[in-house]
Amino acid sequence: MSSATTHVETTESHEAEHHGLSDKQYIVIALILAALTAIEVSTYYVDFGPFFMPTLLILMTIKFVTVVSYFMHLKFDNKIFSYLFYAGLLLAIAVYCGFLATFKFFLKQG
Amino acid sequence: MAESAIVRDHGVSHVAHASSTGLSNNKMGMWMFLGSECLLFGGLISTYMLYRGRVSSGPQPNNIFDIPFTSVSSFVLLMSSLTMVLAVSSAQRKDDRNTNLWLTITALLGASFVGGQVYEFTSFYREGLGFTTSLFGSSFYALTGFHGVHVSVGIIMLMALVGMNRNNRIPGDKAEVVELIGLYWHFVDIIWIIIFTLVYLIPS
Amino acid sequence: MTIIERPSTEVAIAGAVPVGVKPSEALGVFKRPAASSSWRDWVVTVDHKKLGIMYGVAAFVFFLIGGVEALFIRLQLIAPDGKVLNADQYNQMFTMHATTMVFLFVMPMAAAFANYFIPLQIGARDVAFPRINAFGFWCFLFGGLFLNSSWFLGGGADGGWFMYAPNSSTLFSPSHGVDFWTMGLQITGIASLTGAINLIVTILNMRAPGMKMMRMPIFTWMVLVTQFLLLFAIPVITVALFLLTFQRSFDATFFDVASGADPLLWQHLFWIFGHPEVYILILPSFGIVSEVIPVFSKKPLFGYPIVAMSGAAIGFVGWGVWAHHMFASGLGPVSVTVFSMSTMAIAVPTGVKIVNWVMTMWGGKLTFAVPMMFAIALVVQFTIGGLSGVTHAVAPSDTQQTDTYYIVAHFHYVLFGGAVFGLFAGFYYWWPKIFGRKLSESIGKWNFWLMVVGMNMTFGPMHILGLQGQPRRMFVWTKARAGEGFFNFGFWNRVSSIGSFILGIGILFFIINIFYTHKIKKGALASNDPWDARTLEWMTDCPPKEHNFDVIPQISHLDEFFHRKYEQNSATHSVSQVHSAEEVMAELNAHPDEHIHMPSRSYWPILLALALPVIGYGVIFNRMLLAVGVAMVLLTMFGWAMEPATSPDEDFDPPASGNGDGHTKELVPHG
Repeated sequence: MSSATTHVETTESHEAEHHGLSDKQYIVIALILAALTAIEVSTYYVDFGPFFMPTLLILMTIKFVTVVSYFMHLKFDNKIFSYLFYAGLLLAIAVYCGFLATFKFFLKQG
Repeated sequence: MAESAIVRDHGVSHVAHASSTGLSNNKMGMWMFLGSECLLFGGLISTYMLYRGRVSSGPQPNNIFDIPFTSVSSFVLLMSSLTMVLAVSSAQRKDDRNTNLWLTITALLGASFVGGQVYEFTSFYREGLGFTTSLFGSSFYALTGFHGVHVSVGIIMLMALVGMNRNNRIPGDKAEVVELIGLYWHFVDIIWIIIFTLVYLIPS
Repeated sequence: MTIIERPSTEVAIAGAVPVGVKPSEALGVFKRPAASSSWRDWVVTVDHKKLGIMYGVAAFVFFLIGGVEALFIRLQLIAPDGKVLNADQYNQMFTMHATTMVFLFVMPMAAAFANYFIPLQIGARDVAFPRINAFGFWCFLFGGLFLNSSWFLGGGADGGWFMYAPNSSTLFSPSHGVDFWTMGLQITGIASLTGAINLIVTILNMRAPGMKMMRMPIFTWMVLVTQFLLLFAIPVITVALFLLTFQRSFDATFFDVASGADPLLWQHLFWIFGHPEVYILILPSFGIVSEVIPVFSKKPLFGYPIVAMSGAAIGFVGWGVWAHHMFASGLGPVSVTVFSMSTMAIAVPTGVKIVNWVMTMWGGKLTFAVPMMFAIALVVQFTIGGLSGVTHAVAPSDTQQTDTYYIVAHFHYVLFGGAVFGLFAGFYYWWPKIFGRKLSESIGKWNFWLMVVGMNMTFGPMHILGLQGQPRRMFVWTKARAGEGFFNFGFWNRVSSIGSFILGIGILFFIINIFYTHKIKKGALASNDPWDARTLEWMTDCPPKEHNFDVIPQISHLDEFFHRKYEQNSATHSVSQVHSAEEVMAELNAHPDEHIHMPSRSYWPILLALALPVIGYGVIFNRMLLAVGVAMVLLTMFGWAMEPATSPDEDFDPPASGNGDGHTKELVPHG
């Protein structure tokens, strides 16, 4: 009866404890994100020329993926979670870029 | 009575049942929900991007945005993600005091962000950009408004969590509940990462 | 295997004394409701089977409402200069007919089958989130009632089910009908989204031991793909509905052409949802016939992996075709070409399924029971609808066909001839499992043939009408418009309208069948396995016990139940029965699980759902009401979060000696 129903932790909490980052590491990542944000903001003040758009888009992507992978722990969790989330994200990007493309959005300047 | 004794014992020996994938139902549900939210915010962002170049009347993005102010707001929200992660970490160590501390700080940072948004919107409104003024106005406020509502709901959930934690009313796996609310909170943050870049930093 | 909604791991460590959770009595938070056998039980139930029945009954009532709306349309068009409906009423009628059929009938009816049978098919005792399941049902019901209340509060929505902007703005649709439409669909959308999360987690996480993904019944596969489509498509229409609501109720400029808005924004957002939506409508029915055809062919489904994968392929490619609904909207040749090609591509996985169904029947020992007849009719009629669909994929020919009755013919063949016939196959197939008796075969045959004749008589001529030039949404036709010759426009409209009434009578025969079977004839109760079926849901009582299975079975095959009854001789390849269904059940129940915990009943799902129409009425009529609705949402959400995890009433101990007598036992609450 109660002995048969032994305490079983889900695989997830085990992984979190073993593969999780320490608090110090989280702070380091946050500082990196802050630095990247500072660079992003600097594009408002400094003329990046042709690197303006690529810089911003790349920085945005790096920040996004960093928060998802580390703060949201996706990198250390079971791949199924990644599939579920990235399926939605990639579908959204594909469909909405398709949508904008029909309006010739990407053919305009800049 | 023997039967009710058995029932009480059963109430005690409930366990997290094994799932076919070994993964938690709640966590899987949350990640799926966040996946679907990408489609929601994607639609609002695309609407904004479509209409961005078509503004004819009313204030334009370039002359109304206050990038320094919004940068500070963005930084605040980013830091709230850090405090959220520290809250989750504390919860996993079963450190209730620090969990509540970091959750509260996260909620406060979130509230500062929302406060900043409110201030921003009211000053835009005073400068002539209303919800009904132009395509830019409608799509800007719709997008950032939806985001702001998501942040506010997050703040309510954080405070409710602190309240319930203090009264020992969180059933089940407490660390997981904190983790799941954390996932929601981080998601709201990453959406802002996108909005800040596409809407504010990249002029039309 | 037990189901507990919120497992208390800390409590388990602590031992006998619960330390994690405070008792419910403090702070006035309600205890969870006790079991009862009155109507109250249905209001607080979280049982997937009860919810399935509720979804089914509500959906069927909406089916009849939508059907009456259709008959009004056909009555208006049966003769020239029709006086049954004026133009405005006609607009409301076709809008509400389509909206009701799509959102309030087909989708919830598929949800009914999915809710009832997915846990049974995968060997689970309920879904992953039972209270959210109940909440979803009440959202659907209240959303549907809210939407239909428009009839009494100023008129129904009148912009077509696809509600194109700017026609849907207050300037051109001044009544509140469109507002009821937008907000009603938001509410039902919540039901779909939460249901999707629920069913996906259930299917991924709660399968019986040994049930790998490729051993799942094919209906489960099709439902899984459908839920992913819902998960990602609902948010898109949510955006569109919000933008329209903001425009209509708060003067936003999203579709205000004077402000520079682009009407195509609505069209894209709607059809990015709308195309996956039609696959959402058809895939569950594909799943049903994929179950029925093997059973009545006495052969396994031909190419099971391909049928499963092609369902997934349809779900995937279905995201890339939406603008084929917009070929004539001025997209430009590049966009049109791209979408034309992708649309042609999607015919392939669909065609694959048709081949697989036909090959299943080929060489099989066919029994033409009523479920099988409906299934075969789907194969034939969907193929016809699919072929007209292929002609639409070719953009130049679609430019002639679009907005004519040719399109109406296409989608009714695939939706009625396909999806609805599949649902009827499901009714007749699963009826004995749910309600304990097989529906009458003879009345069923009348039901079937009247529906086949009626359906083809109604929608077949519409191909011709379209090519003769009748546009959609045309509220009246005149003798002059009807053209020359005997087989003109007028003739085919008459045929179609007569056909629609034959179809209506056919559906009446279904209702007659239900009454006859249960009230008049009241014949013998069905056995557990009346069709000699293959999948796990038949390895239960008729109707199943509340906890579904006394013991969760160990799965070692696809079509596990079939493999427990039959064995194949490796030398002669002949299949012979080694156990009867009763023997299989008895063996299964010989060692029942101890102390099964079922999810507890709850008030909060219905209470939270009730808050949503209040918000809807508030947006339309009174902002104070809106505030009340929002407050209700917050309060009920807190109530939900704070209610105790279980009620002690829910424990059930199955009899120690599994006496598989095959009849339903009443669930006796303990403690």
